[in-house]
Amino acid sequence: MFEFDVVTLSRLQFALTAMYHFLFVPLTLGLALLLAIMESVYVMTGRTVWREATQFWGTLFGINFAMGVATGVTMEFQFGTNWAYYSHYVGDIFGAPLAIEGLMAFFLEATFVGLFFFGWKRLSKVQHLVVTWLVALGANFSALWILVANAWMQNPVGAAFNPQTMRMELTSFAEVLFNPVAQSKFVHTVSAGYVTGAMFVMSIAAYFILNRRHVAIARRSLTVAASFGLASALSVVVLGDESGYTAGENQKMKIAAIEAMWETEPPPASFTLFGIPDLKSETTKYEIKIPWVLGLIATRSLDKPVEGVKALVERSEERIRNGMAGYQWLAKEGGRPNAAVPPELEASMRDVGHSLLVKRIRPDIENATDAQIHEAALSTIPDVPVLFWSFRIMVALGFYFIALFAAAFYLSSRRRCGKPWFLRMTMYSLPLPWVAAELGWIVAEYGRQPWIIDATMPTFLGVSNIPASNVAASLAAFVLFYSALAIIDVALIVKYVRIGPRDEAEPQRSGAPVLPAPAPAQTR
Amino acid sequence: MFDYMTLRLIWWAILGVLLVGFAVMDGFDIGVAMLHPFVARNDTQRRVTLNTIGPVWEGNQVWFILGGGAVFAAWPPLYAVSFSGFYLAMLLVLIGLILRPVAITFRDKRPETGWRETWDWLFFVSGFVPALIFGVAFGNLLQGVPFHFDQALRPTYEGGLLGLLNPFALLCGLVSVAMLTMQGSAWLSVKSEGEVSVRARRSGALAAILLVLLISAGGLWIMLGVEGFRIDGVIEHAGPSNPLAKSVTREAGAWLDNYRAYPWMIAAPALAYTGALVAALAFAFSAGRIAFLASSLSVAGVATMAGFSMFPFLLPSSTHPSQSLTVWDASSSKATLSLMLIAVIVFLPIVLAYTSWVYYVLRGAVSEAAIRRGDDYYY
Repeated sequence: MFEFDVVTLSRLQFALTAMYHFLFVPLTLGLALLLAIMESVYVMTGRTVWREATQFWGTLFGINFAMGVATGVTMEFQFGTNWAYYSHYVGDIFGAPLAIEGLMAFFLEATFVGLFFFGWKRLSKVQHLVVTWLVALGANFSALWILVANAWMQNPVGAAFNPQTMRMELTSFAEVLFNPVAQSKFVHTVSAGYVTGAMFVMSIAAYFILNRRHVAIARRSLTVAASFGLASALSVVVLGDESGYTAGENQKMKIAAIEAMWETEPPPASFTLFGIPDLKSETTKYEIKIPWVLGLIATRSLDKPVEGVKALVERSEERIRNGMAGYQWLAKEGGRPNAAVPPELEASMRDVGHSLLVKRIRPDIENATDAQIHEAALSTIPDVPVLFWSFRIMVALGFYFIALFAAAFYLSSRRRCGKPWFLRMTMYSLPLPWVAAELGWIVAEYGRQPWIIDATMPTFLGVSNIPASNVAASLAAFVLFYSALAIIDVALIVKYVRIGPRDEAEPQRSGAPVLPAPAPAQTR
Repeated sequence: MFDYMTLRLIWWAILGVLLVGFAVMDGFDIGVAMLHPFVARNDTQRRVTLNTIGPVWEGNQVWFILGGGAVFAAWPPLYAVSFSGFYLAMLLVLIGLILRPVAITFRDKRPETGWRETWDWLFFVSGFVPALIFGVAFGNLLQGVPFHFDQALRPTYEGGLLGLLNPFALLCGLVSVAMLTMQGSAWLSVKSEGEVSVRARRSGALAAILLVLLISAGGLWIMLGVEGFRIDGVIEHAGPSNPLAKSVTREAGAWLDNYRAYPWMIAAPALAYTGALVAALAFAFSAGRIAFLASSLSVAGVATMAGFSMFPFLLPSSTHPSQSLTVWDASSSKATLSLMLIAVIVFLPIVLAYTSWVYYVLRGAVSEAAIRRGDDYYY
């Protein structure tokens, strides 16, 4: 079942490198904005404690940022190295947002991030503040364009197949840009980043307060992080990106799988809070349902049905059969300089992507038997239990974040930090936003399977024609190299957290350039 | 806005601009990385070399990332074939490009000599390996690489990593190493003082002279040995982007066709030579700024020279020459090229403006004394 062929290895490599990259991205997104907020307070109040706070969090931001840049290069190049046919097939549309990201966003962020560190003495207060805001703005624009590209894979709008060039080509950039999936994804993802940044600051501030170190900076950081985190956590849950799941066919399948909803839910659809999805009988056992909620989440209405897995599989089967005529025409006429789709085949052409699903079962898909077509249709069901649980854990974490930030916000508005147990709980919550974010990507991308581009190209077709040994070698290299870097990166962040800010109230323990780690923190 | 043919031509030019931007800007970072263990011999000096690029390397690396994105958006078949074809070579480049930011950021975070020396050498590797491979890749481009398409335009590449390392490609690799060493030396001679800058000027003069010799050798090889590519008959300049509809022949010296047809193109090699020679002189007379300017022009000349020789070819196929990728049949659609052109026209001037401002703010050399005082932010 689990073959180490080019497809599996390339998918594994993409998943690992993307998830690894996304350990650094959300922190960059959130921390950049928090730095900008803290520095704004410094410029407005003129109190140096805020500058010290900005510089301290900035040091940690710098370590994280370098890793984000480094691992991001892999992402941009992996489409070409491992997904060459995909790149040829949709580069006309998919490449544009990536290139615009570089031009408009990443240049801005990366050019000014150097000045953030090296510009404190060279710039006026206001100039430096502008630089910090530009870094934050760049990071957010960057997320926007990457998510426009990603959303297009989920819901490929504004494009059409050109039989002369045998690829998808852009028909409307406005549709690509204003893709509803892109909009909800952007808000959801950057909010998740803000939650991560806020939790990072709040946990470390809690650690300082618990150990009675750098309390002035820690309390202020905690206040900012709690209010910013509360707003972000509300945004990430309320503006969750499932609103986009009705946009495309596969998005519907994704939400059905997330819900382990085998049969179509009549309106107003209810939400399954808990259950055990059973793949064999295609039922979900021990369900606890909340009426109306799914209708509200998925369709933003109470009068539309939410389609179940079985109905969607039936439709896929129809589409596989329907696309066969278009496929056969394409195999014969495609690529000719004057090839044009005959009008009677236009409907069939829209379903060629579905017919291509059969290629995994037999290369000569026009000779597929009914059983094989049914097998291909069944392959459109993503991994139901993984999606079901990933989604629920993510949502539970989302509500936990709201509660935690709300409590911290309430306490700090009363100028209190909370009991030690609360601070300790805050401290140990540090990794949770990353867990939620990675689970979110699992839902979004693993849930997109078997498609690399929804209803257009199956994932297994998108790979490069390269030896599996090459991919195995690169995968091994990435695992080793990335693991080593992760260990060093975490060790350095821990070290710099322990050293703490350059705090005027608390004298430095040692001189520059590199500060030794302070004595182990006291336990209380 | 423009017709399809003009757009393709403009995008070929933009590809050149991005390549030159990358070679000039990221080029000096790569050069500094290669020079780092040799021109800086103690910890303070090594911190000087690192800090000359410390505030700007992130921005410079975007030239490379943008280059990749632009090839993806404007020349998808080129992106697909070259990145998958050069798979293991790309992996080595990637590891280099990951090591560079990490080495710069991590090196100063611990005081131990062993820690710092390890990162010093990894920093060197992060410059040398990509520099060599970029050159080797261009060397292979000029000779054609073994790939072909099927009817659905799925590319297949038949070579391996070792096949890339042929004598002509290695010569091009050395061209690239010498060129970027010159560029890094020029940067260091502007941005550092004392011993580091003296050594940088020496290495820069040496690299410039070496570059002149190496491109002469490469040029002769192209004239006499390397089989160039030539399109037979006419090719539709505004036709669909399908590289299977033309016929191509190979002939030694065909890469000089363009220089015969358009003698003004000689300006590119002339710029490469004069730039390098002026840079060598400027290094000798300790004129850092002139050296940097001349070196940058020489870098631009070398990159343009390769582009002019190959035009309209982007990636020739050695096994199926007629399936080679050219400017006329490997681009994006007209809609995408137009859209991306607008993006470039709007954003590139803004990028250049704020980049210039950042360099202006950061003007002045990094001195050993300032690093020792440690009264500002330094790696």
